[in-house]
Amino acid sequence: MEILRVEGVNKSFGGLRALNNVNFSVEEGTVHAIIGPNGAGKSTFLNCMIGRLAPDTGTVKFGDISLTGMKPYEINQVGVSRVFQTPEIFSELTLLENVMIPTMAKRDGVFALHAFKRLDQDTEIVDQALHMLEDVGLAEKKDSIAGSLSRGDKRRLELAMCLSQEPKLLLLDEPTAGMSRADTNNTIDLLKRIGDRGITKVVIEHDMHVVFSLADKVTVLAQGTIIAEGKPEDIKGDPRVQEAYLGGAHL
Amino acid sequence: MATQTSPMRDYIFFAVFAVAVLTMPVWLEPIGAGYPDLLQKFAIFGLFATGFNLLFGLTGYLSFGHAAFLGVGSYTAVWTFKLLGMNPIPAAIMAVIASGLFALAIGYVSLRRSGIYFSILTLAFAQMSYNLAYSVLTPITNGETGLRVLQSDPRLFDGSTESDGPLLSNLFGIEMTGYAGFYFCAVVLLIGFFIAQRIFRSPFGIMLRAVKTNQNRMTYTGLNPRPYTLAAFVISGMYAGLAGALMCITDPLAGAERMQWTASGEIVLMTILGGAGTLLGPIFGAALIKYFENIFSAFNEQTLHEIFGFLPDWIEYPIVSVSSLFVGEGWHLTLGVLFMLIVIFLPGGLMEGIARIRKLFRRKPGKAEPSGAAAPAE
Repeated sequence: MEILRVEGVNKSFGGLRALNNVNFSVEEGTVHAIIGPNGAGKSTFLNCMIGRLAPDTGTVKFGDISLTGMKPYEINQVGVSRVFQTPEIFSELTLLENVMIPTMAKRDGVFALHAFKRLDQDTEIVDQALHMLEDVGLAEKKDSIAGSLSRGDKRRLELAMCLSQEPKLLLLDEPTAGMSRADTNNTIDLLKRIGDRGITKVVIEHDMHVVFSLADKVTVLAQGTIIAEGKPEDIKGDPRVQEAYLGGAHL
Repeated sequence: MATQTSPMRDYIFFAVFAVAVLTMPVWLEPIGAGYPDLLQKFAIFGLFATGFNLLFGLTGYLSFGHAAFLGVGSYTAVWTFKLLGMNPIPAAIMAVIASGLFALAIGYVSLRRSGIYFSILTLAFAQMSYNLAYSVLTPITNGETGLRVLQSDPRLFDGSTESDGPLLSNLFGIEMTGYAGFYFCAVVLLIGFFIAQRIFRSPFGIMLRAVKTNQNRMTYTGLNPRPYTLAAFVISGMYAGLAGALMCITDPLAGAERMQWTASGEIVLMTILGGAGTLLGPIFGAALIKYFENIFSAFNEQTLHEIFGFLPDWIEYPIVSVSSLFVGEGWHLTLGVLFMLIVIFLPGGLMEGIARIRKLFRRKPGKAEPSGAAAPAE
């Protein structure tokens, strides 16, 4: 079943055509990777899906809901979470607080004026958040300030924040960018582990190692157009992809 | 950051604070601050700063127009006296409602922007309010003379009772001047502090801190920052309005100068000086500034000569002529120097200073510090 369907999306910045009539769909429960050389329009594409940018033309449908024109927080509330290229976390708050915020957003909605009850007495939220931190292996640091974490841990925290909302669709923008090989492998393991929660994932990635160990399906984007789509093994051997993306080098 | 909190600790903290506030006339006596006029100011500005801190300390939105709410609160309180009578409670309630509505309108417009643009917008609104109160709205505000309660005012509930002498606010017969006035302000401060403490620990409070830290993450987490900031702005405006009402309860007179931008700036100084984002800091800052204002502005060249009298004349005269710039009318210079020193050496304000001193004492016993306690600061 299709969970996300993008039809005829165009986006220009001044004279630059960043996305050219992109059609794209994601099957529920799969990991779908989007690859492409720098400047191919991957991030623009993601931003159009999540409501950060408005596409010039075209529609983005999430199940039966049209995401075009919706505010980012509304899109999140219908079940789409996003991990950013540089981890976006609440760096002045503790890890536990970082995870409690999305947990509350899931339960209480876009705005709730709970100004007179104690957060630390809200066992439902505290327990859920603690549980999530344990899942990603950050439980022992729950009272540290998030800004003091290493880059890899920040990424894990951001992932925990997104997962705590139990999203139906998770968008990951280069989840291993700037990571060491060891951290990258940890992240791959983590992503695989959370795979069995049935969350559909769309991953933008540069690192072929990551793409081929995670993805069920790969879409190749070059100069704003989709040039190939298929299983990772097929993409690996596709001469067009090698030409556009890797300049003919082997994978 | 407060990592370990529990309801018990907070109640004890509040109880200690309440005792400290209510016994201020006793323990502030030795430093010459134990008289009602100054104590009232401590309580009123403490309340004002506590409310300001709910906006600035938690969300990071720096409002430069909070004096406008103070003014609205004051005018509303005096009008309530004029129309309903001299009981402080309806005056306080009406002031909170009026300043809350006013804050809702200004906040709705100003919060479309953040950072410096937000500050400038609030400053502009406050200056507009000041100028309106000073000129166009004279029928309501009585312009530069200031608004006061007159014998001829209707005062629906107690218009007939009082006849001569100056009109004072009274709570069922207790006149709100002197120590009685202070205790009324102190109780209101304690109520305000209790609410602020609850907000700090609440889910709403953490959302406000989230606004300060990362609005981008907030929107992608399914939260709309706007209503949160607006709620904080309105609550903080209500605190300011209540503080304005207290000013009129202790002295039933409201003037436009209360809304001037210097008054807005003063509350910013108090909060930063004490420690923005902490519960006690802004109250300390408010008390310190009001105390120094009182001490230093009372000095004149004569008192300086007495202080430095022991020095030979050729040293005494230059010292007195330099230091006289910093006292009396020029005490703002002292405030400026103090503020610079605090911001440069203690960016977290007085509360950071206290935390550092406590840390020093904890290390003294020679025991190795458990790493868990020190970690959050790094």
